[in-house]
Amino acid sequence: MSRLRAFGRFWWSFVVGDDWVAAAGIAVAIGITAAIAAEHVAAWWFLPAAVAIVLAHSLYREARNSG
Amino acid sequence: MTAGFLIASAFLASAVEFVEALTIVLAAGITRGWRSALTGLGAATLALAVIVSALGPALTLVPISALRLVVGALLLAFGLQWLRKAILRASGYKPLHDEAAIFARELDEARTAQAEQRAGLDWYGFTLAFKGVLLEGLEVAFIVVTFGSAQGNIGLAAIGAGGALVLVVVVGALVRAPLARVPENTMKFAVGVMLTTFGIFWSAEGAGAHWPGDDAALPVVLAFVIALSAASVATLRRRRPAMVAA
Repeated sequence: MSRLRAFGRFWWSFVVGDDWVAAAGIAVAIGITAAIAAEHVAAWWFLPAAVAIVLAHSLYREARNSG
Repeated sequence: MTAGFLIASAFLASAVEFVEALTIVLAAGITRGWRSALTGLGAATLALAVIVSALGPALTLVPISALRLVVGALLLAFGLQWLRKAILRASGYKPLHDEAAIFARELDEARTAQAEQRAGLDWYGFTLAFKGVLLEGLEVAFIVVTFGSAQGNIGLAAIGAGGALVLVVVVGALVRAPLARVPENTMKFAVGVMLTTFGIFWSAEGAGAHWPGDDAALPVVLAFVIALSAASVATLRRRRPAMVAA
């Protein structure tokens, strides 16, 4: 069981890392992109914009915590 | 363009990981004996080969749009971690990655660890090299398999990673010291930018979006990520000029 937990922890830190909010933000943004695309509307612009917001928010939190 | 971009991304990402693995193997070899360190290196390489040969063909069976969605999302989450750390390093909020200091710390820890013989090997030296190469190598395997499968060409990604391996091993064998002069922080920044770019491109495609100009949009996404990163570094530096100067 502890090995299973260690395996899960490894993959969590590998993919999600130390900012799960950013990873969750990306997952939500991809979901919204899919929803926009399903309406047959141009959806390519949404993800770059969302990445800019997620990155800025993540950096702001880190800077605030270490400043 | 995409093929060159794919090879360059795999090369850079793999080179960064191989430089880190080399530091660990050198520390294990110098302090605990080369036999144990090289056996650990060989065992980890074998384990990685098994993982890649099992994962690679399995991924080719998944439909390309589903694959791009999953791989794109993973790369984006993974790439943003790299990019975030690189931006924080470049703006002075995180200390720069120092391979020489890491080597000195590894040497110190390896020298003070107790000797324990198992199967005729120094167990500490073996496990240090094995774990180091396996963990760093897993990141290379992840990048090669995901980049290659999403682009429908694992071979090209493997060429990039193979080139990096040969270069790092040859230089490492010649200098027998950690490659401290490799511009690792700059390379990590470039890898973060590339992973994020591919992640945005593929996950949007996988989600059903169509890029204007198809593959020709990739350099535009790259330019956007570079501009975003540069603006982030500039903004953070303005916030904390004293720490950057230190």
